[in-house]
Amino acid sequence: MSEAQRELIMQLSDVHTHIGEYHILQGVNLQIPRGELFVLLGRNGAGKSTCLRTIMGLWKASQGRIEFKQHAIQDLATPDIARQGIAYVPENMGIFSALSVKENLSLAAINGPIDTSRLEWIFGFFPALKKFWNYPAGNLSGGQKQMVAIARAIIEPRELLLVDEPSKGLSPAIVQNLMEAFRELKASQTSIILVEQNFNFVRELGDSVAVMDDGRIVHHTQMQTLAEDQELQTRLLGLSMDSHQ
Amino acid sequence: MNSVVTDEANVSSSLALPKTDIKPLLLIPVLALAALPLVGSGSTWLTLTLAGLAMGMVIFIIASGLTLIFGLMDVMNFAHGAFIASGAFIASMMVAPLLPWSESESLGLNLAVLAIAILGAMLVTGILGIIFERVIIRPVYGQHLKQILITMGGMIVAEQLMTMIWGAEQIPFPLPQVLRGSLVFGETLVEKYRLFAVLIGMLVLLSMLYTLNRTKLGLLIRAGVENPEMVESLGYRIRRLFIAVFAAGSALAGLGGVMWGLYKETVSTAMSGELMVTVFIVVIIGGLGSVGGCFIASLMLALVANYAGFLVPKLALVSHIVVMILILVWRPAGLYVLGKR
Repeated sequence: MSEAQRELIMQLSDVHTHIGEYHILQGVNLQIPRGELFVLLGRNGAGKSTCLRTIMGLWKASQGRIEFKQHAIQDLATPDIARQGIAYVPENMGIFSALSVKENLSLAAINGPIDTSRLEWIFGFFPALKKFWNYPAGNLSGGQKQMVAIARAIIEPRELLLVDEPSKGLSPAIVQNLMEAFRELKASQTSIILVEQNFNFVRELGDSVAVMDDGRIVHHTQMQTLAEDQELQTRLLGLSMDSHQ
Repeated sequence: MNSVVTDEANVSSSLALPKTDIKPLLLIPVLALAALPLVGSGSTWLTLTLAGLAMGMVIFIIASGLTLIFGLMDVMNFAHGAFIASGAFIASMMVAPLLPWSESESLGLNLAVLAIAILGAMLVTGILGIIFERVIIRPVYGQHLKQILITMGGMIVAEQLMTMIWGAEQIPFPLPQVLRGSLVFGETLVEKYRLFAVLIGMLVLLSMLYTLNRTKLGLLIRAGVENPEMVESLGYRIRRLFIAVFAAGSALAGLGGVMWGLYKETVSTAMSGELMVTVFIVVIIGGLGSVGGCFIASLMLALVANYAGFLVPKLALVSHIVVMILILVWRPAGLYVLGKR
C-alpha cells in the first residue's frame, strides 16, 4: 500500500518553531501513518526533541500546520492536545519523584480510576513496577523510572505516543524490556513516534524513518530501506550500523 | 502478553519504603517537658503550654496559606499580610450589623456570627487572591527578585487602599459571647477563644493533609509543583490549578486574619505586617511546602515565645530567630523536606 493510500494519524506541514531568537524547526514536513512506529533519527541538536515538543504544544509552532486525525492542533493548549489521545514521554522522563509509582500512574489515568486489567498488562512488560508500586518514584533506578514514564503514557489507551530517546543510558536488559513493550503497543494499533539515536534499538521496531538535520527532514524512507543500505546510513547518519552492533 | 526481563539488577539496595520521620514530631513534647522544671509550678506550666499551643494554632492558620503559596508554588508573596488584614476587615465589617447576635446568649446566633465572619472573609480574600494572581503574580512566576519587588509594592498599595476604605484607626472586632471568658481546670485557666483556635487549627491541618495526601487534587498540586509541564502533558490545566491554590492560600490568610483579629478584638491595617516575619520563619523552618512542618514550627515558636517570656522576658524578643537558627543548623532545609526541594 502506498503512503498516500494509508490513513495518516499525524501530518506536519511546513512547521517552524522559534525558541527565543533561535529558529529551531525550519519547515518540517512529516506524514505519520496510523498504527506505525515512526522513527526520527538525527544528530544531537538536529531538532528531534523540539519536533515532539512542538507537536505537544509545549513550544508553539510559529508557522505551519500540525494535524492529528485530520484536525489542526497547532493552536491548541498542551492539555487539550493530550486529551485528543496523544501521550508524551520526554527525554528526562518527567517522573514526579515525590510521588509513588502508583500515584504517578493514577495521575495519568485522566478518565477515571486505573483499569486493573490494563495495569496487569503493563506489569507484564514491567514487573518491577508491581514490586515497587508504593515506593517513591524518585528512589527508583534510571531504568525503572523509564518504565514508569512509559507505563504512565499507556495506562489508558492513547492513539499516538511521542517518546523521546527511551533507551538513553539504559542497560541492554531494560532496552529489551522497552522493545518488547513497543512491539506489543504496535500490535495493539497504537501509533508511535520515537526519537532515538540508538539505531540498533529502532532498526527492528521501526516501520518508517525520517532523518533530521538543522531543523529539517533531510530524508524520509522505510526503515527496512535504511537498514539495508549502509551507504545511505553513512551519508545520513554519519555511521555504519556495524559500528553499533 | 509477554513477560520480559525484570529490572532487578538495577534495584538500588538503598531503595526502601519511606519511614515516618518522627524526630520533628517529638520536638513539641520534648520542649514542653524540658520547660516544666524551669517553670516550676505545674499549673503555671500548664497555662503557659496551653496558651502557647493555642497561639501556635493561630500562627499555623495564618502561615498555612503561605505554605501553599510560598512553600508549594514557590511564589514569594510579601503581600500575604494584606490578605490577613483584609480578611479581618471584611469579617469585622460583615459582623458589625450583627452585634446583637454576637452579644446574645444564644449559642446558635453566636455560631452564626462566627460562620458569617469566617466564610465571608475566606470567600472575599479568595476572590481577591484570584485577581492578585492574575494581575500581579502571573507575569513573574519563576522570578523571585521580581516577585519580592512587585508583591512588596502590592502590599503597600493594599495597605493604603485599606486605610482609605476603613481608616487608619483601630476598628473593634469583639468576640462573640460564647468565646468570652475562660474555663477552669483545677488551678489552670484556659481562655475559651484559645480552645476555639485549637479547634479551627486542627480542622485546617486535617483538611490540608487530607487534600494534599489523599485526593487527586492534592496529587496534582504536588506533581504540578515539581513538573508543571508534565502535568499539562498528561491533560491537566496547570494554570487553573495554580489559580485555585493561590485562591486557597489567600482564603486561608483571610481566615488567619479573622482569628488574629478575634484574638486582639480589634482590626487595623498594621495587622498586615505584624506577623509576617514570624510566618515566613514558620514556613522556612517547617520545610518549604510541608504542612506538617509548618504546623510543628508554628507550635514550637509560640511555645518557646511563651516560656521565654515567662523565664527570661528579654529573650522573648529574639526567641523566633534563635529557634530558626537552631532548626536550620540541625536541618538546613527545614523540619520536613518535600521531594523537589
